[in-house]
Amino acid sequence: MTATAEPEIGKARLRKEDARLITGQTRWTDNLQLTGMLHMAVLRSPVAHARITNIDCSRATAMPGVAVVLTGEDFAAEQGSLPCAWPITEDMKSPPAPAMAVDQVNFAGEAVALVIADSAYRAADALAAIDVDYDELPVVLDMEEALQDNDLVHPDLGTNKCATWVFDSAEAGSGTNVEDEIASAEVVIERTFRQQRLIPAFMEPRSVVVDPHADMFTVWSATQIPHILRWMLAAVTGIAEHKIRVIAPDVGGGFGGKLQVTPEELLCLLVARRMGRPVKWTETRTESMLSAHHGRDQIQKITLSARRDGTVTGLKAELLADMGAYLRLVTPGVPILGAFMFNAIYKFAAYRFVCTNVFTNKVPTDAYRGAGRPEATFAIERMMDELAAELDMDPMKIREMNWIKHEEFPFNTVAGLTYDSGNYEAATARAMELFGYEELREEQARRRADGSAVQLGIGISTYTEMCGLAPSRVLGALRYAAGGWETASIRMLPTGKVEVITGTSPHGQGHETVWSQIVADRLGVPFEDVEVLHGDTATSHKGMDSYGSRSLTVGGTALVHAADKVLAKARTLAAHMMECDESDVEFAAGSFSVRGTSTVRTLGDVVLAAHVAHDLPDGMEPGMDADATFDPDNFSFPHGTHLCAAEVDTETGMVKIRLYVAVDDVGTVMNPLIVDGQVHGGLAQGIAQALFEEAIHDEMGTLTTATLADYLVPCAADLPGFITARTETPATSNPLGAKGVGEAGTIASTPAVVNAVLDAVRHMGVRDIEMPCSPERVWNALQGRAADASAPAAGGLGSIDSQGGQS
Amino acid sequence: MIPAEFKYLFPSSVDEAVRMLAEEGEDAKIIAGGQSLVPVLRMRLAAPTALIDIGGLTELTGVRDDGDSLLIGAMTTHYEVQRDHLIQDHALLLRLVTDTVADPQVRHRGTFGGSLCHADPAGDLLAPALALDAVMIIAGPSGRREVPAAEFFVDYFETALGPDEILIDVRVPKYTGWGAHYEKLNRVAQAWSIVAVAAAVQVSGGSIAAARIGLTNVGSGPVRAVDVESALVGQPATAEAISAAALKASSGDSYKDNLARVLTGRALTAAVAG
Repeated sequence: MTATAEPEIGKARLRKEDARLITGQTRWTDNLQLTGMLHMAVLRSPVAHARITNIDCSRATAMPGVAVVLTGEDFAAEQGSLPCAWPITEDMKSPPAPAMAVDQVNFAGEAVALVIADSAYRAADALAAIDVDYDELPVVLDMEEALQDNDLVHPDLGTNKCATWVFDSAEAGSGTNVEDEIASAEVVIERTFRQQRLIPAFMEPRSVVVDPHADMFTVWSATQIPHILRWMLAAVTGIAEHKIRVIAPDVGGGFGGKLQVTPEELLCLLVARRMGRPVKWTETRTESMLSAHHGRDQIQKITLSARRDGTVTGLKAELLADMGAYLRLVTPGVPILGAFMFNAIYKFAAYRFVCTNVFTNKVPTDAYRGAGRPEATFAIERMMDELAAELDMDPMKIREMNWIKHEEFPFNTVAGLTYDSGNYEAATARAMELFGYEELREEQARRRADGSAVQLGIGISTYTEMCGLAPSRVLGALRYAAGGWETASIRMLPTGKVEVITGTSPHGQGHETVWSQIVADRLGVPFEDVEVLHGDTATSHKGMDSYGSRSLTVGGTALVHAADKVLAKARTLAAHMMECDESDVEFAAGSFSVRGTSTVRTLGDVVLAAHVAHDLPDGMEPGMDADATFDPDNFSFPHGTHLCAAEVDTETGMVKIRLYVAVDDVGTVMNPLIVDGQVHGGLAQGIAQALFEEAIHDEMGTLTTATLADYLVPCAADLPGFITARTETPATSNPLGAKGVGEAGTIASTPAVVNAVLDAVRHMGVRDIEMPCSPERVWNALQGRAADASAPAAGGLGSIDSQGGQS
Repeated sequence: MIPAEFKYLFPSSVDEAVRMLAEEGEDAKIIAGGQSLVPVLRMRLAAPTALIDIGGLTELTGVRDDGDSLLIGAMTTHYEVQRDHLIQDHALLLRLVTDTVADPQVRHRGTFGGSLCHADPAGDLLAPALALDAVMIIAGPSGRREVPAAEFFVDYFETALGPDEILIDVRVPKYTGWGAHYEKLNRVAQAWSIVAVAAAVQVSGGSIAAARIGLTNVGSGPVRAVDVESALVGQPATAEAISAAALKASSGDSYKDNLARVLTGRALTAAVAG
């Protein structure tokens, strides 16, 4: 074993997982072929709300290769209800959530029948031969109308209102009363923003294989959450948890979209149990868009009170959040995650948050990259610009006046959190310098004076977010059903190689690389000598998986603690081997030595000695493995300043991002290449919300953006080159100093872009444009015309078969 | 995704392909590059009983010089069109339009003739074919016939092609020395145009001798902006003349009408400059 020469942490290592991912050498769930395997195809409801009056499977059952056709009736006794782990209030309404509809469908895309056949082709063929009779019910789509309770999604609940969740700084003792602040304010600004519905659009479609053998069930799934999935499958089916093994092999993206216990996972398990044979289901892209959970979908009414000098005194956020038809794993909690972020980096005296969750006949919503925090950040960053416009002040100036100064950390916020560290001044100064703020303002003034067809706007987003989900006691206080700790194990192999087992479940993040860097540094072993195992409940028996920018701050910390346990034991054994007092043992670069002597034992020597166990100190167990579980005391709070310069073609409404500068403070950086990658991808998704993406339903509740030709995910050609930079203010809540970076780009960028668009055309009388700021919407706003959210346009497989999002 | 079952046929000549079409009947379909048909099959929006793959008919690929015009084989890929010197010299507009079609992967598989036969009014190649007075050369059971573009595009996804016919060549008159430009507005790179304008202009002695303008995605097929064309002839090649003529591209006040006017002006300005 040789010591590493330079620190691994901070090194821009290429990702060790990439070679197999990009050359097809890995094995995705859909690649698995098991002997005797059956294939499952799902018939989905074409209507959004209906009673099922009859299902005739006789023709389908008789088709070649079809083993069985199953309907909701067949599963009624065993399917239970899909879990919702976050009952946000005691009186929250929670309808039964069957994996397959039994007598009523509540969204278009809900499963109504399964074909199980000997090939995926034959299963798909037989779907068309199933005849379902629907007795259609009134469709509930609009949240405000839904709250009138004229037509009900779930009649048994008696209402479409799911729950109302309130935070009030006066009641919490974290601030004053917002109504008092508004009543006595010199300036009050009220705005309503719409967070359009988005589709996570991960690259690898969902796929499940279940293999029943003896009394065990092995479940492969393209999931972010193998551990939670195992627990929930056991809870829903009654199959003993130790008889279920879940494996998430390499998984191609999730963005929260695979933070779910899906109907299809449960159905595959039930079918495999029933048939006694392995079963596979892999979705099509359109199936994914019609049935995998969506994200966002809120209406935000925001009231901000301020003094004429620009000091904000209070903020009130009144939200409607669309749950869709059912509560999935964390559906009701997603908007609540935003409750702590509306005050962002600012010092507001008073804050009140009220969120009403609403049922509609749409695909259930749930976590999507940022989950509640992008919505909050958008609202406050838009409001800061509105206040600046109202007071005719520079929008950066107004932020500076209100933000927490670097010497004020740790800072207790009006939302009840404690921000441990940060330096908003430093990140902003760096961003302003990279951006050329003053020059762009001058150009903007020139273009306005010239009446140029192409106007220039500057958008600011000074954001923070909460990462590292989460302190278990906080989750308990928020009524979440699980904890937020993470676990790691280190196995020291007799040849000196190291296996790391993590409870996090990477699906594109690069954990194998960064975890190896952390262990290599900590133990002084070569990077290449570390193997990271994950995503299999048989090897990684416990964990809380990956979401909420938690893996490094929580899981990485568990790994540091496990490595320290290895070293502590190794130090004792090294002292024994070198016949010295433990306090005289020094450890550096992978070797133990006796202070002041030339006596040395490498870690490899010590590990081998522990493994053969011929001569151990009294009472010491053989082996040098260690486990650690870490439960954080606090969240971590990345922050940064994003600046966007956008050109708006006033003749066509087209928006072009000319310059985008992102300065992020994500704490201590383990691998700058991976951080840059996370920021770039995050920016793409945040910009996509601002300009491109929107899930659109027609008046019947049919999703009209059900292909990637209609749902406009941008590609590299649609995005500018990003200028990224960092400031580093280490987190104090974990030994790595890391804050998390998975969601920062998405959270920060949406308001930066929309602020830029509005800044370009505000002088022409435009005060707001709904997202996505499509050319038609921008042009309509410039004509003083109301935005038409669902204007049909070219799209899909041509120009007439779709009313998607093309124009 | 998984298409419905179909019979797959691979003819080795145009005549054999025509015979197969007749034998297989109305539910058979020609597959060229497959860039429009395969997605439709995968989503089971269509379920032809037989696919006749004309990908092996090498006589349908490539561009030939035919005196006053070019003959473009229907199976010439977009990529080949982009790189063909005859097209560059005599039908520059086609090259500029083809540069904007979808993405490089699609341009390597998709074909010129296939795009025209698919007849999606949002497709890029219809408007320049119409504007440039292209003529479709069609093979059928009773021999060859020629149909001008103005008669070929009938409606949304509908052409004058009979169910037993195959487009084999496209004749495009030479526009040697004409300036050209394709002004396309789409939301993301691989999206269809909201509106696009294909313009070719012949400038002589500082004034406009002739103009050809086609609009993409403003109707059930490509639209020729004849009023703009005639307004331009004999005018000086100036910004004022172009602006005035471009207003004739559309008379309505919808977003698309506005785009037709704005993009026509921009396309003409660039075509005159180029």
